[in-house]
Amino acid sequence: MDAARDDQLPEPFRSWFAGRGWAPRAHQLELLAKAREGRSTLLIAPTGAGKTLAGFLPSLVELSGRPRARNSVRPPGVHTLYISPLKALAVDVARNLERPAEEMALPIRIETRTGDTPASRRQRQRRDPPDILLTTPEQIALLLASADAEHLFGDLRRVVLDELHALAGSKRGDLLSLGLARLRKIAPQAQTVGLSATVADPETLRRWLVPQTGENEMGDLVIAEAGAAPSLSMLDSVAQVPWAGHTARHSLKEIYALIKANTTTLVFVNTRMQAELLFQELWRINDANLPIALHHGSLDVSQRRRVEAAMGEGRLKAVVCTSSLDLGIDWGAVDLVINVGAPKGSSRLMQRIGRANHRLDEPSRAVLVPANRFEVLECRAALEAVRAGAQDSAVERSGALDVLAQHVLGMACAGPFASDELYGEVTSAEPYAGLSRTDFDDVVAFVATGGYALRAYERFARIRQMKDGRWRVTNPMVAQQYRLNVGTIVEATMLKVRLASAKSRYGGRVLGEVEEYFAEQLSPGDTFVFAGEVLEFLSIVEDEVRATRTSAAEPKVPSYEGGKFPLSTFLASRVRALLAEPARWSTLPGQVHEWLDLQKLRSRLPGRADLLVETFPRGGRHYLVAYPFEGRLAHQTLGMLLTRRLDRARLRPLGFVANDYALAIYGISDMSLAIEQGRLDLDALFDADMLGDDLEDWLAESALMKRTFRKCAVIAGLIERRFPGKEKNSRQVTMSTDLVYDVLRRHEPGHVLLRAARQDAATGLLDIRRLSDMLTRIRGRIDHIALPRVSPLAVPVMLEIGREMVAGEAHEALLAEAEDELVREAMDGVDIAWDGAGGDGRG
Amino acid sequence: MSISHGMALEETGEAEDGLVIAGARLVLDPAGALWWPAERMLIVADLHLEKGSSFAARGVPLPPYDTRATLALLAQVVERRRPRSIVALGDSFHDRRGADRLGEEERAGIAALMRGREMIWVAGNHDPDPMPGLGGLHVDELRAGPLTLRHEPSGDGAGEVAGHFHPVARLMVRGRGLRRRCFATDGARLVMPALGAYAGGLNIRDAALARLFPGAYAAHLVGGARIYRIAHHACLPDRAG
Repeated sequence: MDAARDDQLPEPFRSWFAGRGWAPRAHQLELLAKAREGRSTLLIAPTGAGKTLAGFLPSLVELSGRPRARNSVRPPGVHTLYISPLKALAVDVARNLERPAEEMALPIRIETRTGDTPASRRQRQRRDPPDILLTTPEQIALLLASADAEHLFGDLRRVVLDELHALAGSKRGDLLSLGLARLRKIAPQAQTVGLSATVADPETLRRWLVPQTGENEMGDLVIAEAGAAPSLSMLDSVAQVPWAGHTARHSLKEIYALIKANTTTLVFVNTRMQAELLFQELWRINDANLPIALHHGSLDVSQRRRVEAAMGEGRLKAVVCTSSLDLGIDWGAVDLVINVGAPKGSSRLMQRIGRANHRLDEPSRAVLVPANRFEVLECRAALEAVRAGAQDSAVERSGALDVLAQHVLGMACAGPFASDELYGEVTSAEPYAGLSRTDFDDVVAFVATGGYALRAYERFARIRQMKDGRWRVTNPMVAQQYRLNVGTIVEATMLKVRLASAKSRYGGRVLGEVEEYFAEQLSPGDTFVFAGEVLEFLSIVEDEVRATRTSAAEPKVPSYEGGKFPLSTFLASRVRALLAEPARWSTLPGQVHEWLDLQKLRSRLPGRADLLVETFPRGGRHYLVAYPFEGRLAHQTLGMLLTRRLDRARLRPLGFVANDYALAIYGISDMSLAIEQGRLDLDALFDADMLGDDLEDWLAESALMKRTFRKCAVIAGLIERRFPGKEKNSRQVTMSTDLVYDVLRRHEPGHVLLRAARQDAATGLLDIRRLSDMLTRIRGRIDHIALPRVSPLAVPVMLEIGREMVAGEAHEALLAEAEDELVREAMDGVDIAWDGAGGDGRG
Repeated sequence: MSISHGMALEETGEAEDGLVIAGARLVLDPAGALWWPAERMLIVADLHLEKGSSFAARGVPLPPYDTRATLALLAQVVERRRPRSIVALGDSFHDRRGADRLGEEERAGIAALMRGREMIWVAGNHDPDPMPGLGGLHVDELRAGPLTLRHEPSGDGAGEVAGHFHPVARLMVRGRGLRRRCFATDGARLVMPALGAYAGGLNIRDAALARLFPGAYAAHLVGGARIYRIAHHACLPDRAG
C-alpha cells in the first residue's frame, strides 16, 4: 500500500513530505490519480484537511516535470488557474504555495491578479503569463473579454475553483460558470477541480465542473475523511430569555466569560447592527481590557485589514463579526466560535463552526447564544441538524439573465461571435443548461440595442451583425464601458460616515460607510450606533454623513439591515417539527418549555404540516396571526398580499408585521366574527392565486422590486454603476432608475430585464418561490382558532409592531396623513399624540 | 388612520387646488400641469422629450418609451382641460437634435396636441433654438397678463412662472420616505414640476431652489388624484449643507 502511494508521489515531493514528517493524505493522492486519468473532480473536505494543497498537488507535480519551453517562439500560457471568491484568500493561497515551490526549488512562477495588482504587472502578465495564476471571478471575466484570452489560456491544464459552494447558486457563480464555459472552449484539454465544504447536494457542483452537453454529465467526487465531530452547545442563560429582539444582552456576562476563558474567539452575529451593539456592550463590561475587535462589511477597508492582520498575529482575544468572516484565511489560533442569535441555516452554522480549530483531529468548539425565545427553538433545531450532519438544500435556481447579458457583451469584446456557437457554449454551463434559445436571443438583442419591441435604437447599437452573421462590437467605447461595469456585486449606494466635531462640523476621520437609504432616514440630532460608538447625526454633505460622538447611551434609530438572512427552509421545518412534539421539549430551557406549555393550554401548537392562524382582539384592534415559519422575506410578501385582500374584502386592515416565524395583521374589523359569519374564508384568503394579479399589482409599486430592477439593470449593462449620477451643472438634477422601471413596466412588461428582475424577486428579497411552496403545502390545512386575547406564541411578533412600518405601500394615504397632521398641529397648537399602530404594541 | 384619511381624500377630491399669483387665478392640476382658466391656457414644464434616445446615442439604451409616456400624460390633461393654448416652459426636448429623433407615432402625437390651439415653445437650456419642422411658436419668454413665463427662474419679480429645477419634495411619514414631484411657490412666484417621464428631480430644500424664495414657501405635491400642500420646512432635504 505504502509503495503504491509512494509511486504516485514522485520526487522531489516524496522527500519534501518526508522531510516535514508528513504523509500525503488519501484524498490528496486520489486527486493526483484523478488528474492522471484526466478527470475533473469535486473534492469535499472539512477545513484543515489540506484541501488547497490537494487541489494544487497535481499541478505542482506536472509543472515540476515540464521541460522549459526555451526554444518556443512564444512563452506558454497559464498552466493552472485558481479562482477564489475572496481576493485576500487568493493572495494567502499564493503565499502558501510559494513555500513548497521554493523549498523544492520547483521552476514555477506563481502570481496573483486582483483589483490591487498594479497596471504594469497586469500588462506584463498578459504578455508573459505565470504558470499558476490566482485570481477572482471578476478578473477572469475581464481577461476573457480581451483578444489576449486565447494566448493566455490556450495551454491551460487545470482550473481550481476554491470555496465552490460559496460561489455556486449566486450571480457571481453564474458569471464564473460562463467564464468556465469559455475557458473550456479555448482549452478543451483543461481539467476542473472544485474545492468545497460539505453540501447537501454535491451533484449540482459536480455538474458545474464539466460541460453539460449530454445526459447527466458530472465530474468525479472525492470526499475527504471527516474531522472530529464538532463540540456544540447552546448557552443556557440564567437570565430571563427575552420575548423578542436580537441583542442577546441577557447573556452578555456569559459571553464575556467565554471570551476570557479561551485563547481566541470569533463571535458571529447576523447583522451589522447586531455586531455594533454587541461590540459596544462587551466593551462596557470589559474590565480586564481584553483586546476585542469589530469586523463587518460596512467598516472602512483599512480598518478591516488591520483587524485581520492583528488576528493573524494572534494579538486579539475576540472579534465580533458578521458573515464578513464566514469565509477567509485560516487563523490557527481560533479555538472557540460563539454564534449569537439564531443561525438561520445549518450550512452557514457549520461553515462558521469550521472557523474554529483548523486541526482535523480535534473537535471545533462552538456555543450558540439565542437572543429570544423563538431563537431558542431555532438553535435547538440547528444543533440537532449539525449533529446529524444535515445541510440546507440549495435553492433551485437557473442562471440569471442579467449576468448572461454582461457575459455576452464581454464575449463580443473578445472577438466576433456567432449566435449558434455562443448559445451552445453558454448552455454547457451548469446554471444555464436549461436556457431557452428565445431567452438567449432576447439577451443578445438586449445587448445590441436594448431589445425593445419598439425598435428605435438600431443606429445606436452596441453590437451589430456582420455580413457573415457574426456579432461584433460597433466601437471601442463599448469595450471600455464593459470593463468599467464588470462584476455582479451591486452595492447599495453607500455614504461615508465621517466623525466631525459638533462645532466645526468638518474634519475628522472616516469610520466606514452606511447604506444611503439608512442615512436618508436620519434627521439632525438622531443617534445611531456605528463603528462601535453611539453617534449623533449632523448632516449629509455631498457623499458623506457627518456625525459626532455623543454621550447618549441608547441609540434612537434602531437598525440598518446589512446582511440579514432569512431562516432556511430546512431549519424551518425542523423548528416546526420540534414545536409539534412536546415530548422533545425537555431539552429546552425551563422558561421556553413553560411558554410552549402555556401556548398549548391557551391556544394550539402549530402542526408539522398545518398553518396555525389565530384571531383575537387587543386594545381596540383586531389581530390575525399566522405561523408559516418561512422566513421574514416570504412573510413580508405574504403580509403585503393578505393586507390587500383584506382591504378588498372591506375588513379594513391597518398594517402588518413579520418576523422569521410569524406574521401579524391588525385592523379595525373583528376578524374572528367575520370568519364565524362566513364573511371571511381563510382558505380563500390564503389561496395561492394571490400570486397572480394581486402580486403583479403590488410589484408595480414595490420599492423592493425597484431596487431589484436597478441591480439587474446595472449588471446587464443597461445603466452604468454610477447612474443615477449628478449632471454636470451644480443643480444636481438626478434621475432615478425608478423612472426607467415605471416606463418600461407600463410599455413593455415582458422585457427581458423585467423578467430578470422578477426571477430575482422569486428567490431574493421577496422570496416568492418559498411563499408559493408554502401556500401549496397548506392548502386545505389551515387550523384556525378564535381567541379572547393574545396567545403566548403571538407575543414575539406583536412586539415587532411599532418597530416596523404599517400598511405597505399606501403612499397616498401617508401623504394625506402627513398633511393632516401638520394642519392639525398648526390649527390647534396641540401636541398630537401619536395614535398610530405603534402605540399599543410597545408595552 | 385609513378611515379618517380615506374620507378626507373623498371630501376634498371635488375641489380644485387653486392659487393666486400676481392676481392671476391658477389651478394646480394633479398631473403636474398649471391651468389658467381665465386664459384657457395650459402650462407645462420640462418635458425632456427624447431623453431616452439621447442616452441611447451615448451607449445607454434606456427604454425608448419616455416620449410617448410623456405625451400620453400631456394628452390626458389636454383632453380634460381643452385649452386654447399650451405653453411648454422650456427643456421640452432633452437636446438640440431631439425633434430629429422623434418616431412617427410621437410626431403625430405632438401634431394632434397642437391641432386647433396655439402651441408656444419657450426656450430652455437643453433646447435654446426652435426645433425644425415642429411648428408652433418659439419664444425666449412670454409675458401673459400679470405673469412672466420663462424657463429658468430669475428669482426677482413677482408673477414669474418657470421650470428648469424639477422640484421634488421629500417627506418622512411613519418611518417611510416619500419623494414626489411638486410645485414650489411662495405665493409671488411659482416653479413648476417637470412633466417628462425621465425628468429627475431636485429637492426643494436644495440651496439652488431655496434661494429663489426670500421667505417661507410651500410644496404642492403631485399625488395620484390631487395635490397635497406641505410647508417647505416640513419637507426633508436630501443633503443638508
